[in-house]
Amino acid sequence: MEKSNKGVQLVGFWVSPFVHRVKWGMKLKGIEFEYIEEDVFNRSPLLSQINPVTGKVPVLVHDGNPLPESSIILEYLDEVWSHAPLLPLDAYQRAQARFWATFADQKVFESAWLSVCSKGEIQEKAVKDAIGHLERMEEQQGGRRFFGGDTIGHVDLMMGFVAYMLPVWEEVAAVTILDASKFPNLAAWKSNFVDHPAIKGDLPFKDEMFTYFQGRREVHLQRI
Amino acid sequence: MGEVKLLGGLGFSPYVNRVEMALKLKGVEYEPIAEDVKNKSPLLLQHNPVHKKVPVLIHNGKGIAESLIIVEYIDQVWQEGPPILPKDPYQRAMTRFWAKFIDEKCIIATWKACCSTGEEQEKSKEESMEALKFLEDEIKGKKFFGGENIGFVDIAANFIGYWLPIISEVKGVQLITEEKFPNLWRWMNDYCNDNFVKGILPSKDALVERFKSK
Repeated sequence: MEKSNKGVQLVGFWVSPFVHRVKWGMKLKGIEFEYIEEDVFNRSPLLSQINPVTGKVPVLVHDGNPLPESSIILEYLDEVWSHAPLLPLDAYQRAQARFWATFADQKVFESAWLSVCSKGEIQEKAVKDAIGHLERMEEQQGGRRFFGGDTIGHVDLMMGFVAYMLPVWEEVAAVTILDASKFPNLAAWKSNFVDHPAIKGDLPFKDEMFTYFQGRREVHLQRI
Repeated sequence: MGEVKLLGGLGFSPYVNRVEMALKLKGVEYEPIAEDVKNKSPLLLQHNPVHKKVPVLIHNGKGIAESLIIVEYIDQVWQEGPPILPKDPYQRAMTRFWAKFIDEKCIIATWKACCSTGEEQEKSKEESMEALKFLEDEIKGKKFFGGENIGFVDIAANFIGYWLPIISEVKGVQLITEEKFPNLWRWMNDYCNDNFVKGILPSKDALVERFKSK
């Protein structure tokens, strides 16, 4: 592996849970990087240049090579900086981790976010779906310290938004999705996750997240 | 290397076809098991209880679901066949990016552009054009997305290469033409006429019948 001359940059947006995943991954692996904040509502030429296809953050730039998509960036980090692995090395375990990572994004995240962006019947269905998906994750979590076992792994990072952002969404949307009494494994996992040194210091402030997502909810409700 | 079964084999699904391509590229012997989506087998419900969908690969009694996850699994387990993903980490990551783009943007938009109506269809047609432009740029100067040989992105793009032109014909919605997308057009022809791919694709007539009824 050639030594990098241009270093590692991460282009992100302060409140994006996708960006947080990558930051945590880098911290867990002890990777030094330069963080570049981007206003996603007023995109700079930089972002259009390094991610012309989707225009979204996060984008990792390593040795001048840009790479978007949080789950793909995490797999890349694992392959280039192979100490402190996030994904299991065993092929079957790896496939399972990828499966649940995809589930976390496509099912848990999508339904929970929809509950913030909607009201009435659509919101009710979104909440019901989110709870159903969390039931799967509760079972999958199985009472271990983390989804990755004793250490934080790929699935923990992909599910991470549940630990600190979902409670804010629930408050903004006035719904309950993760009731601790109904999800004891996930409730315990949440505490383990946010207390971990690589995660703890770097979370956005709760009140700032609340104001931001309250604003986003208003925008989305106006569009309906 | 152990017993391999493919649930959904012998069918018409492009997602199952991706797995069949990967297995055949690596020369893996497997047992295809047909599935009736209206009457799901106990084996399917056991090995993919979450989504209850094909394809599911069962290797040594353990089930793996989601077509692209299965293809990566095959690439990792059967090292002696040709590599499906590149070895270089950045190339691998970009390969995964394009496969995800095809799944999340191209397939959904082009399917809706052909099969929906009214405003949804118009919006989907626009989205399709935008998405396909990126693929057009990506294939420029390359025989396959994987370079000289078929790779992960070519496998992921099987719907674009073979299923989409058939659906387009049946529904009368032209998306990929030689004038608008000359490079993608050329790739589609190379892909569908490739001896290896040709042998694995389901019959055009059978697909036409299926889409006529949708």
